[in-house]
Amino acid sequence: MLETLALVIQRAVVQGIPLLYGSTGEIITEKSGNLNLGIPGIMYVGGISGVIGAFFYERSTENPSSLLLVLIPLLASILGSGLMALIYSFLTITLRANQNVTGLTLTIFGTGFGNFFGGSMAQLFGEGGSIALTQTSLAFQTSFPFAEKLGSIGTIFFSYGFLAYLAVIIAFISAYVLKKTRVGLQLRAVGENPATADAAGVNVTRYKYAATIIGGAIAGLGGLYFVMDYTSGVWSNGGFGDRGWLAIALVIFALWKPNVSVIGSILFGGLYVIYLFIPDLARSTQELFKMLPYVVTIIVLIVVSMRKKREYQPPEHLGLSYFREER
Amino acid sequence: MSETPALELKHISKSFGSVIANHDVSMSVRKGEILSVLGENGSGKTTLMNMIAGIYYPDEGQIFINGSEVVIRSPKDAYEHKIGMIHQHFKLVDVFTATENIVLGLRGNGRLDLKKAAESIQEISGKYGFEIDPNKKIYQMSVSEKQTVEIIKVLYRGADILILDEPTAVLTPQETQKLFSVLRRMRDDGKAIIIITHKLHEVLSLSDRVSVLRKGEHIATVLTSETSESQLTEMMVGKKISLNIERSEPADPVDRLIVKNINCLSRGGVKLLDDVSFTARSGEILGIAGIAGSGQRELLEAIAGLQHIDNGEITYIDPKTGKKENLRDKSPLQIREMGVRLSFVPEDRLGMGLVGNMDIVDNMLLRSYRRGKSIFLEKKQPRTLAEEIIKQLEVVTPGVSTPVRRLSGGNVQKVLVGREIASSPSVLMAAYPVRGLDINSSYLIYKLLNEQKENGVAVIFVGEDLDVLLELCDRIMVIGSGKITGIVDARSATKEEIGLLMTKTESEGGTMYA
Repeated sequence: MLETLALVIQRAVVQGIPLLYGSTGEIITEKSGNLNLGIPGIMYVGGISGVIGAFFYERSTENPSSLLLVLIPLLASILGSGLMALIYSFLTITLRANQNVTGLTLTIFGTGFGNFFGGSMAQLFGEGGSIALTQTSLAFQTSFPFAEKLGSIGTIFFSYGFLAYLAVIIAFISAYVLKKTRVGLQLRAVGENPATADAAGVNVTRYKYAATIIGGAIAGLGGLYFVMDYTSGVWSNGGFGDRGWLAIALVIFALWKPNVSVIGSILFGGLYVIYLFIPDLARSTQELFKMLPYVVTIIVLIVVSMRKKREYQPPEHLGLSYFREER
Repeated sequence: MSETPALELKHISKSFGSVIANHDVSMSVRKGEILSVLGENGSGKTTLMNMIAGIYYPDEGQIFINGSEVVIRSPKDAYEHKIGMIHQHFKLVDVFTATENIVLGLRGNGRLDLKKAAESIQEISGKYGFEIDPNKKIYQMSVSEKQTVEIIKVLYRGADILILDEPTAVLTPQETQKLFSVLRRMRDDGKAIIIITHKLHEVLSLSDRVSVLRKGEHIATVLTSETSESQLTEMMVGKKISLNIERSEPADPVDRLIVKNINCLSRGGVKLLDDVSFTARSGEILGIAGIAGSGQRELLEAIAGLQHIDNGEITYIDPKTGKKENLRDKSPLQIREMGVRLSFVPEDRLGMGLVGNMDIVDNMLLRSYRRGKSIFLEKKQPRTLAEEIIKQLEVVTPGVSTPVRRLSGGNVQKVLVGREIASSPSVLMAAYPVRGLDINSSYLIYKLLNEQKENGVAVIFVGEDLDVLLELCDRIMVIGSGKITGIVDARSATKEEIGLLMTKTESEGGTMYA
């Protein structure tokens, strides 16, 4: 019994990590007033960029070092998703394009980008129609060696690859920075009321760019974790599914607080896979269960709207572009 | 008088396009002094102060601080010269606490020490007698508390020269008294304070010297102790200028709209309309004069059914049947159908009356689409109307299908006023219909209003320029802080008389001078 529970929690965490990366990235972005709906696409690009980096490194050498096996995909992923976020920033901040349209376009672009390169690599080099990055995946999946000896405790706390721990660390650091530092205060001011921040001497444009690009890079790591750890280095087109949207739902669930989203991600992950642990479910019923995270998000939205507490609301200037002369 | 002034302006000029906001203005303020800058709307007070605060940059002239010339190009420069301005519209982040707002944008350690900041805020508060809870969120604060945060924000940055732009406009009398005692304490502490205002009693009770601006020019600076209310009014409004607007005698006026004791509170509890009563008669233009924001807008909106009133009565007398109806129970649409028309020209002309991206025909349609019989829009009538308005009012436009936002301000206004007149109203309310218009367009609008008056319409005209009000209207009602301070005959009244009524608030008068 205890072992089953430990297993459920472990599956929930593994499911939750990509969501946690996505939501932390999106929270940082949204705190600057940018509603980046391109996050699903950015996570997709983060995944495929890592795959491309890992693939060429694995092919280039007979004896890959495990350090480079981790570093190369990691940097490739950050570069890919960071570039996507830069495109979004340039369009919405400098050119003041509509944020929703830009974001959705990027999601469509990112998904297509991933599928195109994933598909063509599989066709050109893949064995049996798909790409398996076994060595890279093993490096990413390395967990604490003592995990197995600790039984259930080991399963729950120590059985994950390093990216899972990094996700939690990043989330807590983000929460601290947002709440307790000068940079965090100024970032929040930019998202709430850019005119006021501007008048107080905060460089609104710089903050918006930085938050959006850092947020995008963090979100992209969620895609990397998914390919390298969760699916053991096997890229399959469309495999990432709707996790990007779930990450955005998690932002609302967590009320724009990265530390809350740590718990939220595990909850969402659990709800997302709970059908696996309920015996004798028909295929269609399974799909109903997959809706649960969204249902929870809607309930949270309703409860929060009824409480009407200003702290639980999205940043006031979210989704709007800032133009200094427009006072 | 040999002491160097804390701040001195020499020959400052500033214009926006062809509009001259300030011309050759020189004035100064000393340490430990409160200087009032007095003037009507549009006299250039705020523009002048914005140049000191770094929002605008003067075209000509010099600014001296403690005797040495400085260049102020941004609010940051102003802070560095220890100048702080408290604007009329607060620049605060709603979900932040007072402390967070005060330290926002300051350099310092990466980690925020809000506790320490809160302590120094308490210290400042104690020194000058502010009442503030540093950990209270802005959205939970009253207007006066928000203003306090703004003032502390400026002091926290070490300002020695404080500029307050109409600080009392949003305050209750008690809050105003509190603010004044704080300002006096700051003066005694050696700060130089400039306060922009157009309330005479405040000038007299608070300041040491008064500088009067009129139409962008510096008229005079006098010692408060050596001046009087009537002298200041005369300097503020100036001599009467003749405009030669044609005015006919009202033809047998009958009561059309009777407003009785209406009251209206803002959400913050400030009285927007205070026991307002008046009668508008047919065939007559009733002018409304007052400092901007004294309740003109609320009054017109209350009549149009757009503003909730807390008590009182608005009776409309139907010109055909003579039936009396209470407008308070009617929806804005019903009121419109009865012939009460509001053509309000807000600060942004396109805001309330017209849709900028739609063409003239579609904007006409906005008023008539309900009358259509089928589910499709009937465009023929609006098109004819649009063409008529363009022809009669000489609207300069490439055609009826040009989006309204591409027209110049005057032409937009003609379209708006034209549409409201075309529906043959029985009450026509026009607020600032000539704002921003050139002379010819203004006269055209006056002519239109006069035509309506001759057709037996009860016209209510809210204006800014006293000369226009005096020549266009039959009666002028003066409103001050939401209260009617007097109704005068426009044919015999003088500018000074109206100016005095505008700046006077009866109930406060007695206590404020004491």
